[in-house]
Amino acid sequence: MPIHTTRRLLLGAVAGLALSLTAMGPVFAQDPVTLSFLIDNGAQTIPVAQKLAAAFEAQNPGIKIDVESRPGGTEGDNLIKTRLATGEMTDIFLYNSGSLFQAINPQQNLVDLTDEPYEANVLDSFKKVVSSDGRVYGVPIQTAMGGGVLYNKKIYADLGLSVPKTWAEFMANNAKIKAAGKTAVIQTFKDTWTSQLFVLGDFYNVQAAEPDFAEKYTANQAKFATSPAAVKGFQHQEDVLKGGYLNADYGAATYEDGLRMLSAGEGAHYPMLTFAIAALQQNYPDNLKDIGFFALPGDDAAKNGLTAWMPAGLFIPKTSEHQEEAKKFLAFVASTAGCDIQTEAVGVTGPYLVKGCALPADAPPSVTDLLPYFEKADGNAPALEFVSPIKGPALEQITVEVGSGIRPPADGAALYDEDVRKQAQQLGLPGW
Amino acid sequence: MALASPAAVAIAVPARRPAQRSPYPTWFFLPAAIIYAVLFLVPTLASLFFSLTRWTLFNWTFIGLDNFVQFFREPFLVQGLINTLIYAALTSGLKVVLGLLLAVFLTSEIMARDFLRSVIFFPVLVSTVGVGITFTVLMHPTTGAINETLALFGIKGPGWLTDPRLALISVALVDVWKGLGLATVIYIAGIVSIPQDFYEAAKIDGANAFQRFWNVTLPLARPATITVVILSLIGGLRSFDLIWSMTRGGPGFTSDVLASVIYKQYQAGFYGLSTAGNVVLFILVAIIIVPVSIFLNRKERTP
Repeated sequence: MPIHTTRRLLLGAVAGLALSLTAMGPVFAQDPVTLSFLIDNGAQTIPVAQKLAAAFEAQNPGIKIDVESRPGGTEGDNLIKTRLATGEMTDIFLYNSGSLFQAINPQQNLVDLTDEPYEANVLDSFKKVVSSDGRVYGVPIQTAMGGGVLYNKKIYADLGLSVPKTWAEFMANNAKIKAAGKTAVIQTFKDTWTSQLFVLGDFYNVQAAEPDFAEKYTANQAKFATSPAAVKGFQHQEDVLKGGYLNADYGAATYEDGLRMLSAGEGAHYPMLTFAIAALQQNYPDNLKDIGFFALPGDDAAKNGLTAWMPAGLFIPKTSEHQEEAKKFLAFVASTAGCDIQTEAVGVTGPYLVKGCALPADAPPSVTDLLPYFEKADGNAPALEFVSPIKGPALEQITVEVGSGIRPPADGAALYDEDVRKQAQQLGLPGW
Repeated sequence: MALASPAAVAIAVPARRPAQRSPYPTWFFLPAAIIYAVLFLVPTLASLFFSLTRWTLFNWTFIGLDNFVQFFREPFLVQGLINTLIYAALTSGLKVVLGLLLAVFLTSEIMARDFLRSVIFFPVLVSTVGVGITFTVLMHPTTGAINETLALFGIKGPGWLTDPRLALISVALVDVWKGLGLATVIYIAGIVSIPQDFYEAAKIDGANAFQRFWNVTLPLARPATITVVILSLIGGLRSFDLIWSMTRGGPGFTSDVLASVIYKQYQAGFYGLSTAGNVVLFILVAIIIVPVSIFLNRKERTP
């Protein structure tokens, strides 16, 4: 009897223990994991990241996401490199695809995502710009962009203008706009990065004329100064300056000033990346329907196309202690649900790079102007920074100089070639 | 950026005295020595080393003096070097002249002297970046307060910060406005310490106000002049924050100075190259300041 009792007790105890273990199992799993998530402090990135994090947390009660922001531009590049080098990177981070991605040593620093099932949802055009030696390291966040000209449709309608397909047509439009007493081309050199569009946004035309430019340029065989197609971007800057088409305060105006002038109809053309549509949506929602978009025209109307920019990617550093949870978040971002949440957060600014993501029917005209370029097979070409790892850091200062007439275009192109050489040497590319 | 402050080179080396046994045991110096080595010696030597490499933070390759060759090949670098010298000379010169005149004025018998003295010192206390942003707004070519005021008198003001010929000078003038208070205070201290007897003697000899200034105040305020020249020269040579907040070296490269060029190389990820730039800056400051310091101090000792 005592033996039985003990045995029964023992059995009971074991059963109870087993029960409590199974009961406790999920409790252990639910012990919340906090993922740190580093993003840039762009006005659109922050709401997108926060909404994505909130929606993901709601679906995954065991995981919390802590969003941290960092400065953009070269200061941000530095911060990313330093944190990766010191092993202090967050569990997930947002960073540029293309040449900047190549500069952070993906093979050494990032978790390989090639075999993750959700990479099947990502379009190949994006995978190419987050790959190193054939391995894929990231998923896209936000939408693809075009580099071209945002224009005021009202001015175009009032003056009876049509969208230019060649540079000559563009200059003819500028002359008519100037004659009507409006600023034809808005330039905002206080924010130096905005000055690069004439050069960077012209790359579709460069590669249409010289299909192997990117390859030769990377191998130190083609130069901006000596390629007749590539030097045109700098030349175009001089054309609009000498034509007297710029706003009077182009040297001191900021990016925000440029958007305001465009929305208010003070200026007709603003060479810009289409990510500015999100800022227009936020600041000038009433004028959004007046803003359209066209690609920077080249010489040949038959070869008119868009220079496209890929969005930033999300990456996981090898130093992360929660790689499985981080991958779950990446899978969520690279899904149609992820796209919908991003649209909800900031509206839509261009096509997503995840299969099956649709744009809402009420997209603004600047976005619908963008879509045909992406739908046509050869309607767009990726910008040079996505097909070559080298981008010189001083381009924005050089384009300010050329755009303000301080330096002639040919000199500017030659100076940029010199700047590019440093970057190529720093990356240790062969042939430099 | 790891180099020790160039100000260190300005300190005159005292004459060597016969070695004397220190009253303290050796271990007493150890903590200070360790701090000095870790925070100053090691970074200085490391920066000398990395200036000879191509460095990505992840790894480095030794490339000898290539960084220095590259550094001097860059067209906007030579421009930056010239701009640095112009900027340092201009700010230093104006601070000496205006600081001395203001100090003479503020040591004379005037109303509300203490109040005026604090007013002139006020800009020194304000954050440089704040001053830079404020003046950027004031100097806007079309909507800035300066040009709007000029427009009232029918003058079309220039693009203070957007005209490539003016940008550097505009920033230098703001630097003078901001740093003048310090120069003035140093001069006030120098002038006040001059004994009144000299002035009385000069008056008895029949010297007029200008002669008293030229023959008494100016030579006897020499230590103050030396301090102001050296401080403002060093400040001007390594000046960065004001230029960066006002023009970022622009338009283009026209107001770039050495420090802003180095910063841009660093931002671009050329860590070896920017370290080489810092070594160049360090050597440049030393080359300029050491002779100036020796020259001024020798004159002081043998009047």
